Amino acid sequence: MNNQLKEKIKSIVGSKNYFDSVEDKLSYSYDATAIYNQMPEAVVFPDNEEQISKILKLANEELFNIVPRGSGTGLSGGSIPVENSLVIVMARWNNIIEIDCKNLTATVQPGVITGQLQREVEKLGLFYPPDPGSLNVCTIGGNVANNAGGLRGLKYGVTKNYVLGTEMILPNGELLKTGGKNYKDTAGYNLRDFIIGSEGTLGVITKVLLKLIPMPSKFITLIAYFDKLSDSARAVADIIFAHITPSMLEFLDNTTINCVEDFTKIGLPRNVDAILLIEVDGRGSSVDEDAETIKNILKKDGASYVHSAETNSEAFKLKSARRSAFSALARKRPTTILEDATVPRSELPIMIEKITEASKKFDVTFGNFGHAGDGNLHPTCLTDERDKTEIIKALKAFDFIFNEAIKLGGTITGEHGTGLSKKEFLEQAVGIPALDMMKKIKQSIDENNILNPGKIFTMSPRCEGALPERREQIKDFVY
Amino acid sequence: MQNINSKDLLLSVLPSDDVLSQCIHCGMCLATCPTYEMTKLERSSPRGRIKMIKSVASGEMEISKIFAEEMDFCLDCQACETACPAGVKYGSIVEAARVVVEKSGYGKPLGRSIKYLALKIIIPNKFLLKVAARLLRLYQRSGLQKFLHKSGIFKRLAPKLSEIDLLSPTVSTRFSDNHFQESYPSSISSKCKTAFLTGCLMNVMFDEINSDTVDVLKMLNCDIIIPNEQVCCGSLNEHNGDFDTARKLAKKNIDVFGKYDFDFLITNSSGCGAFMKEYGHILKNDPEYSEKAKIFSTKVKDIMEFLADIGIEQKFKSLNDSVTYHDACHLVHTQKIYTEPRKVLQSIPEISFTELEESAWCCGSAGIYNITHYDDSMKILERKMNNIRKSNSRIVLAGNPGCIAQLKYGAKKFKVDVEVMHPISFVKKSLNQ
Repeated sequence: MNNQLKEKIKSIVGSKNYFDSVEDKLSYSYDATAIYNQMPEAVVFPDNEEQISKILKLANEELFNIVPRGSGTGLSGGSIPVENSLVIVMARWNNIIEIDCKNLTATVQPGVITGQLQREVEKLGLFYPPDPGSLNVCTIGGNVANNAGGLRGLKYGVTKNYVLGTEMILPNGELLKTGGKNYKDTAGYNLRDFIIGSEGTLGVITKVLLKLIPMPSKFITLIAYFDKLSDSARAVADIIFAHITPSMLEFLDNTTINCVEDFTKIGLPRNVDAILLIEVDGRGSSVDEDAETIKNILKKDGASYVHSAETNSEAFKLKSARRSAFSALARKRPTTILEDATVPRSELPIMIEKITEASKKFDVTFGNFGHAGDGNLHPTCLTDERDKTEIIKALKAFDFIFNEAIKLGGTITGEHGTGLSKKEFLEQAVGIPALDMMKKIKQSIDENNILNPGKIFTMSPRCEGALPERREQIKDFVY
Repeated sequence: MQNINSKDLLLSVLPSDDVLSQCIHCGMCLATCPTYEMTKLERSSPRGRIKMIKSVASGEMEISKIFAEEMDFCLDCQACETACPAGVKYGSIVEAARVVVEKSGYGKPLGRSIKYLALKIIIPNKFLLKVAARLLRLYQRSGLQKFLHKSGIFKRLAPKLSEIDLLSPTVSTRFSDNHFQESYPSSISSKCKTAFLTGCLMNVMFDEINSDTVDVLKMLNCDIIIPNEQVCCGSLNEHNGDFDTARKLAKKNIDVFGKYDFDFLITNSSGCGAFMKEYGHILKNDPEYSEKAKIFSTKVKDIMEFLADIGIEQKFKSLNDSVTYHDACHLVHTQKIYTEPRKVLQSIPEISFTELEESAWCCGSAGIYNITHYDDSMKILERKMNNIRKSNSRIVLAGNPGCIAQLKYGAKKFKVDVEVMHPISFVKKSLNQ
C-alpha cells in the first residue's frame, strides 16, 4: 500500500480511526491461533456503514485486501491479516440495539460481547444459549462469522440456530439484508444461513438479529471422576443412549485437569484419568429425574466419584474452570495448538483412542478436552513454536487426527471454522463438488477476491494429483 | 534520545525469556483491562503490550514513543493476571519494559520528574518525606489551599494541577512513628507475635488507619513490635522501574525486622504487602539475602488476611450499618486476597453487606497514575463511583491508602453520598471494647 492510498483510507474513516504505526500493525498481526501471524498494512475502526462501504469499493479499485475482525479470539486464524491487507475492527460497534420481549429477539451490533448480551437478556428472563469458551471476550459478529459453538451445543445447538437475520456490507459496497423477525420464511434462497460461518470472506457484518428463548428455571450441575478414560467415554455414550439430552456434557483428560487446577485451585483431583462435567436444565421435576438417571449411569460405568454442585457459585466455578481449559494448557508448554475435530457421537470413544495414538506415534504431548456430548473434541498439542522440529511433528500428528476423524464420518472443524489452519483438509472433508461450489459462490460475490482471501480455501485452480502436504503449506509461517 | 540497545537492556531486566513466550494471545485478558476497555485498541491491551515487548526483545522493533506511552498508560492493576489461565506474569513483564522506557528517554518529562523527585529522593528518605509532609500540612491547614481554590486563582493558573491538588489526602495531625512505641507486649500470654509496618505514606498521611490497626492488634492480645528504623517497602520504586532503590530498601527492612522475634509482619497497605511478599523472589539471586528474604516474605500478612486466619468472629458486637467493599488491585490481583476480608466483614452481626459490582475493577488511583494520567484516571473512577452508588451502601471499604484517597475524591467529584474507610477502621468500630 502506498502513502497516497493510505491517505485515501484515512480520509474515509478520519485520522482518529486510522492506525498504521509498527506498534499497531504488530498488535493486529495475531488472533488466538497458534503459530500464524502476519502484519496488516493498516488498521481502521469505521464509525458507520457508509465508511465500510466506501472502503470496500476502494479496495476493489485499488486491489488491496480486507480482513474483518472482532475481538480476535478466533482459533483457526480467520482474522489474521493476509498480504497487503487492511484490518477492519468492529469492536467499537458494541450496542445492543433492541431486546424485543414480544417476539423474543435481540438486535445487536456485531461488536457486542457474547457474555454481555447473555447477562442483559437473562435480566429479562430470556436466554441466549451459544457460549464459546471465550464468551467474556468474543463478539457476536465473530460468532456469526465462524458459526461458533460452545458448551451448551449438545442441547441448544450453535450460533446458527439463533441467527434470525443479518446485515452485511458486500464487496461492491451495497448493504445486504437477510432474514427478519419471522420464525418461518421461505422466500428465495436462504441467504442468511449461508452468511453464517462465511468467516469474513463474503462481506462485513454490521448488524445481527438473534433469536432468544425463555430462560430455563432450573439447573443441576454434576461432576464425575473416572480412573479410566474409556469408562468416561462409555458413560457419555450411555447417557445419550438413555435419551437424555444434558445441556452440557464436557470431558477433560488428566493433563487438562492438572493445568486447570493450577489456575483455578478449586480442588479438582490431580490423579484421575478423566472428568465429566454435566449440566441438565429445564423446568420442574424432570430436571431432577434426569440428574438422577445420569448419576446412576455414571456410577454404573465406573465413576469413582459423582457430585452435584450445591450452590450456583459452585456450579459457576466448575463451568468457568472448564472454559479456561484451552488457555490453562499453556502452563505446560508455551505453544498450544488447539483443534476441534468432530465425529458422530457414537464414534467418540474411538476418536479419543486415536488422539492417544497420535500422541505416541508422533512423540508429542496432547491435552484433550471438549464437548464430549456432541462429539466435538479439542485435542490440544502442547509444544513450543521455537522448536521447529517439534512443530513439524505436531502438525503431522494433526494430519493423522484429521484423517482419522474424516474416516470416522467426522469433520475437521466443529466450531472454530476452517480459516487458515484447516484449509488444506477442506477438500477431503467436504468433497470436490462442494468445494467447487463454495469457490464459485465466492467468485460471484467477491469478484476481485478482496475479502479475507486465502481463508477457508485458496482461489487458485484445484491441484491435480496428490494433495499438498499441510506442513509444506504452513512453512511460510513457521520459518 | 540516548543511544542504548533496548533489546539487550530489556533482556537483562526481564525475569527470563520464558515469561514472554508463555502468552498465547488467547485474549482472555481483554475483558478485564481498563485501558483496553477505554480505547479498544490491541496495543492498549495486555496481550498487545506483551506482543510489543516481545518484538523489542527479539530485535524486531525499537522502543518508540507509542511503546513508551502504552507502557505508561497501563495501570499495572494486574487484573489480567487474575484472568490469565496460562499464568502469564504480566506485571513483571510491563515493569521490566518500564525500566527500558525510562532509560531510553521516551518517558513523559512531567511524569519522569515527579517520579524522580518523589520516588528516588523523598520517599526512601524518612526525614525528607516528613519534611515534605509538614510543608504540605502547613499548606493544607494554613488556609492557603482553601483560599487558592475558593478564590478560583488556582483553577485559573493551572486547572489540571488544581484538581490534582485536591486529590492529595490530608496530612495526618501526627505521624505514626512519632507516637508509636517500639514494642507493645501483650498483658496476658500472647496469642501471636506480630510486627507492624508503618509504611512511608501511611505513616504521614494515614496515621488514623495505622493507629486503628495497632489498636485492633492490641485488642486481640497480640505482641506488637514496631521498629523505628524501618523504611519504605520499596514497592513504588519497583513498579516504576527503579529496581536498585527497591532492593536497597528491601534489604534494609530485612535487616531491621530481622533483629526481632515475630511470626507475622502485618501491613495495612496492599501495595506494601504485595511487594514484601515478593522480597524472597526479587532477592533470590543475592547470596547474602536470598534465604533471609524468603523467610521474611512468608511472614508478611495483610491485616484482613491475618484477621481471617486467626478468626475474630466471637469478638464482634452488632453493628447495623450498610457497607460494600472495593477490592484493591494489589490485594485481589497481586496477593489473591478476595474471600478473607469478606469473611471477616460478613461475620459482623446485623451488618448489611452488599457485593460491589465490578469490585475487582481498578479505581484509577494506581500509585501516581491519577496524577500522571488525570483524565484517564477520572474515567475509570467514574465507573467505580457509579457502581458504588448502585450498591446503596453508607460506607465503602478499601484496603489501600491510594484507593481510599481516590474514592474520597471520587465521592466529592461525582457526588456520591458514601463514607470511605479502611476495613480495619470499620473492624475496630465493630469490636467489643
